[in-house]
Amino acid sequence: MLNYYLTIVLAPLAASVVAGLFGKQIGRAASHWITILAVGLSFALSMIVLKAFVIDGMQAENISVYTWAVTDGLRMEVGFLVDRLTALMMAVVTFVSFMVHIYTIGYMHDDPGYQRFFSYISLFTFSMLMLVMSNNFLQLFFGWEAVGLVSYLLIGFWYKRESAIFANLKAFIVNRVGDFGFILGIAAVVMFAGSLDYAEVFSKSNEIAAQEIVILGDTPWNAMTVVCILLFIGAMGKSAQAPLHVWLPDSMEGPTPISALIHAATMVTAGIFMVARMSPLFELSETALAVVLIIGAITAFFMGLLGIVQNDIKRVVAYSTLSQLGYMTVALGASAYSAAIFHLMTHAFFKALLFLAAGSVIIAMHHEQDIRKMGGVRKYMPITYWTALIGSLALIGFPGSAGFFSKDLLIEAIHESHWEGQGAVYWIAYLSVLLGVFVTALYSFRMFFLVFHGEERMDAETKSHLHETPWVVTVPLILLAIPSAIIGWYTVEPVLFGPFFDNALYETERHDVIARMAADWHGSAGLVTHAFQTPIFWLAAAGVLTAWFLYLKRPDIPDTIQQKATGLYNLLVNKYYMDDLYIKGFASWGRSFGNFLWRKGDELVIDGVLVNGTANAVGRLAGVLRQIQTGYLYTYAFAMIIGLTMLLSWLIWFR
Amino acid sequence: MIGLQHYLTLSAMLFVLSIAGIVINRRNLILLLMCIELMLLSVNFNFIAFSRHLGDDTGQVFVFFILTVAAAEAAIGLAILVVLFRNRRSINVQELNTMKG
Amino acid sequence: MNLSQYLLSILIWLPIAGGVVALAIGNDDELGSSRSSGMRFVSLGTSLLTFVISIGLYQGFDNGTSAMQFVERVSWIPSLDVWYYLGVDGISVPLILLTTFITPLVVIAGWDTIKVRPAQYFAAFLILEGLMIGVFCALDGLLFYVFWEAMLIPMFLIIGVWGGERRIYATIKFFLYTFLGSVLMLVAFIYLYGLTGSFDLFKFMNAPLGLLAQQLIFLAFLLAFAVKVPMWPVHTWLPDAHVEAPTGGSVILAAIMLKMGGYGFVRLSLPIVPDGSAYFANFVIALSLIAVVYIGFVALMQKDMKKLIAYSSIAHMGFVTLGFFLLWSITAETGTVLGISGGMVQMVSHGLISGALFLCVGVLYDRVHSRQIADYGGVANTMPVFAAFMVLFAMANAGLPGTSGFVGEFMVIIASFKANFWYAALAATTLVLGAAYTLWMIKRVVYGEVANDNVAKLEDLNRREFIVLAILAISVLLVGLWPAPLVDMMNVTIEDLVRQVGQSKL
Repeated sequence: MLNYYLTIVLAPLAASVVAGLFGKQIGRAASHWITILAVGLSFALSMIVLKAFVIDGMQAENISVYTWAVTDGLRMEVGFLVDRLTALMMAVVTFVSFMVHIYTIGYMHDDPGYQRFFSYISLFTFSMLMLVMSNNFLQLFFGWEAVGLVSYLLIGFWYKRESAIFANLKAFIVNRVGDFGFILGIAAVVMFAGSLDYAEVFSKSNEIAAQEIVILGDTPWNAMTVVCILLFIGAMGKSAQAPLHVWLPDSMEGPTPISALIHAATMVTAGIFMVARMSPLFELSETALAVVLIIGAITAFFMGLLGIVQNDIKRVVAYSTLSQLGYMTVALGASAYSAAIFHLMTHAFFKALLFLAAGSVIIAMHHEQDIRKMGGVRKYMPITYWTALIGSLALIGFPGSAGFFSKDLLIEAIHESHWEGQGAVYWIAYLSVLLGVFVTALYSFRMFFLVFHGEERMDAETKSHLHETPWVVTVPLILLAIPSAIIGWYTVEPVLFGPFFDNALYETERHDVIARMAADWHGSAGLVTHAFQTPIFWLAAAGVLTAWFLYLKRPDIPDTIQQKATGLYNLLVNKYYMDDLYIKGFASWGRSFGNFLWRKGDELVIDGVLVNGTANAVGRLAGVLRQIQTGYLYTYAFAMIIGLTMLLSWLIWFR
Repeated sequence: MIGLQHYLTLSAMLFVLSIAGIVINRRNLILLLMCIELMLLSVNFNFIAFSRHLGDDTGQVFVFFILTVAAAEAAIGLAILVVLFRNRRSINVQELNTMKG
Repeated sequence: MNLSQYLLSILIWLPIAGGVVALAIGNDDELGSSRSSGMRFVSLGTSLLTFVISIGLYQGFDNGTSAMQFVERVSWIPSLDVWYYLGVDGISVPLILLTTFITPLVVIAGWDTIKVRPAQYFAAFLILEGLMIGVFCALDGLLFYVFWEAMLIPMFLIIGVWGGERRIYATIKFFLYTFLGSVLMLVAFIYLYGLTGSFDLFKFMNAPLGLLAQQLIFLAFLLAFAVKVPMWPVHTWLPDAHVEAPTGGSVILAAIMLKMGGYGFVRLSLPIVPDGSAYFANFVIALSLIAVVYIGFVALMQKDMKKLIAYSSIAHMGFVTLGFFLLWSITAETGTVLGISGGMVQMVSHGLISGALFLCVGVLYDRVHSRQIADYGGVANTMPVFAAFMVLFAMANAGLPGTSGFVGEFMVIIASFKANFWYAALAATTLVLGAAYTLWMIKRVVYGEVANDNVAKLEDLNRREFIVLAILAISVLLVGLWPAPLVDMMNVTIEDLVRQVGQSKL
């Protein structure tokens, strides 16, 4: 299979290089054809790989491609670990990427940077595949940073916009804060396990858990806790978990296909994937799991709330992404790795769908993104309307949709994951995800109603041009709507309760919540019929109804609420003042500190006092000594004679 | 009998005189040159005295060398002096302090 | 006659001879006349030939031994037992290759941008190349010292003659700073000579030394090398020198001359005075970490592109010294070799990246005659190809995996974690700070709307500039994607060094 893997990875890279370096020579059409063909090839081969695992029952493969470097007994390699988890991720990544490539033809149609764009998204596909297929921490970090790089390039794709280049810098630096933890985590892995290879590290996980490290004071920390928390800091950056979430909403400055591909479906889920991949490590540290749980819960609930007050169509979807990532993280913290990955998969489909639908609306509205200036779009764009409806229903977990299965079971798993010594953390997590269901329904249908229903608030000029988008846009929508609607029915059983993940994910018996749930499992249909008896359904329904009541029936109420609860409203509109804290706090503090060190440290103390101070001291001393130089011959002669006399006297009397 | 010490005393007196001439004299550059010549002469005096005293003629040979060099030196010194005078219209030692620090 | 026997001498003296020929051909006011282009082709040809010969060095080099190879030993000053003694091992070969690789690029980069005294300019670089290779080959203390000091002369002239407005201040500062350090090194050499009766470095390494003597010798070496590296707080000459130096001068200074300091640490300090090094190791580590963090913040606030890159060089070189001196803090069995080879890789990689960044600034400077960040903005609009290169090199500078900048940093961070959590944590701040200062500069220079008329009039890279940057880009990616050949070259030598340093002389 190695040739398959290499082709899957290298085809997008080759296409990216061709489109990037020779885009001008080969022209626009050739650029999109070559990249689409390459990604299509990757997708087809990924499906073959997935089939080989699911149907033919292939075993996990761990292949080294080449040795990056060997020193000091540490092998650093580039290689592939392909098991069922990887195969699933490969399928999701290549599928969404393939859809986005096609969609881009329509979305970027008039953009002068057409070839560049295709080159970037193909490069992204390559990087993401390197990340998920890696068999060691080094390559994981390579993919990790490479997707970050492409994300940086794509957020700033319209580099003339001040807001875009601000957002991409912010995204990169915030991600780097996460990577700070991540690289330390990798270093810790090397220290305690002595290897970068997954298989070897996992086989030594008990040894790691038996060690201790003193970081501050005298308190020894369990090595596994340190490793896992450091690695999770990396995941917090990439998967935009609070408090490192601030970059994701701003990243919406990039073109919409990117928001769908990178900032919803694939890259931001890298953190989730990573933690799931590291499940043999995380399982051995309940402290780390509790941290994961609490961070995820905070993100899931509080980021959802922000979605309610946003007016930019893409930002609403962005906050929804944050909140859903929080859900996945909570599931990780509850040791329900398969539930997290399952939600990751369904989320990739319906969130990409929602973004592309939003993009479709944006194209039709001539790049207007404010939902207050939309409304009643339904009758102009029927395909977009129906696909967006499917996406929204999947997002809120409407029974039967893909999101329903993943979210329902995810919450169920958290409910089950009550083990000793967890205490309040469990309740915070459970309540957050439960209330989050209501919030999710409220903000998604607020947006849905404001865009597609109600009065038409756009200006006449826009309205006259308003029509359905071309096929390159709608076909991907339809192709994504299909899995969003039905994929849950067929995959939930094998993925969660069946043998799908096999050995790819690991839970200790104490934490094995999915196994406990399996006892109550009565098939997909059973779950759907059962849905109406759970609070989850009723919370979602209440959310939709509230949205309907507030934004269609009585649109005056939201304004009243806004005026009555100014404090709360301001808190939400200002995103809990996190941006202010970072930009006005840390960033400007960093700049003044840098300035202080430069002006006072370097220029004043080192250069002024030490370097030039020495020079000046020498100068002053010379100024005194030069008085001796009278310039008169006779003084020099006299000095010589005195010197001679002294020398002679010394010779006579002291020798 | 005039012995070695008399010669040496004379030589020392000449030497001290010439030093005094260099240090005290602040007017004339020519005087300075002459003092230097005098100094050399006192050294020559020593050479001869010792040569005689030790019965070794090498010292006297040296005197000839020194005399020759001194002559050349005096010629060059005077030449410089002439050029200096041409340029500055003065050979006053007090005014020659371009080297003052 | 077997030429490979004299390979090192050829590498040293060929460029110097080429430089003398270039000087002899001399200047011609008219650009493009046969004499002036003849001089340029002689320079380019010599530097390329040197590079080709150095490939022979790479091929003939045996990775499997830590013994000196290509040894030449001829008596030079018999009365003092001074030898013309050359040889290379895994530590010096990568740096020699770096030198021969960068010099032709510098010659090409200066091809028609140097209008004043071009013959002297090219000659200075060629002679400098020979002298630098000499430093990396010399195994005799006095020979080492002669090359070490002689190297200052061409650099002094390059900054002083072809530099910017404050070149006199910068060049004197550069000279005095480095001279002060190296004189102390000479004192240490003379002391060791008194002890062993020879200037042979291997005899120095075997000389029995007490703790006090080792401490003093280490301090003398430390000052000499710390100034060259440069380490905080003796770094302030570097920003000034870089800002005033012509592009080629900055490239050579950053790419190779800074490496002399690091090379000195591994070649002299560690093996000659192991106990002295051990005594001061934590001190050096502290200085290195200060360099990484403090300089990172300072770089953030720079308004001059060259100064920014100069400060970032200091921060990156902090990783080199950090990696070298982790040796005694690591109690685990492995990790020490990793630190030193990480530092070595970082030196090579920094040579490529900082050289490339200085060339990028040079490209802009040749067009607009300003190095101020504020004078630019939106360069990507008018120079898309250039912008692509600059972003690539900026990313490499920020240590992105897949570029050479990552390799050394990664190895050093891993090694330092084994020593102490906080060493690694402070070193890893470079991930954030490095990205912040480099990419903020990119944001202000490359991205955005066209800021002013100067930027609007910019023309994209010409063929000459493109070739130079493309070669550097390829090498940066190559080292980043496959550092194994580089690491393999040094492994055995470094392992042996660690063994040697591990044995106390007391």
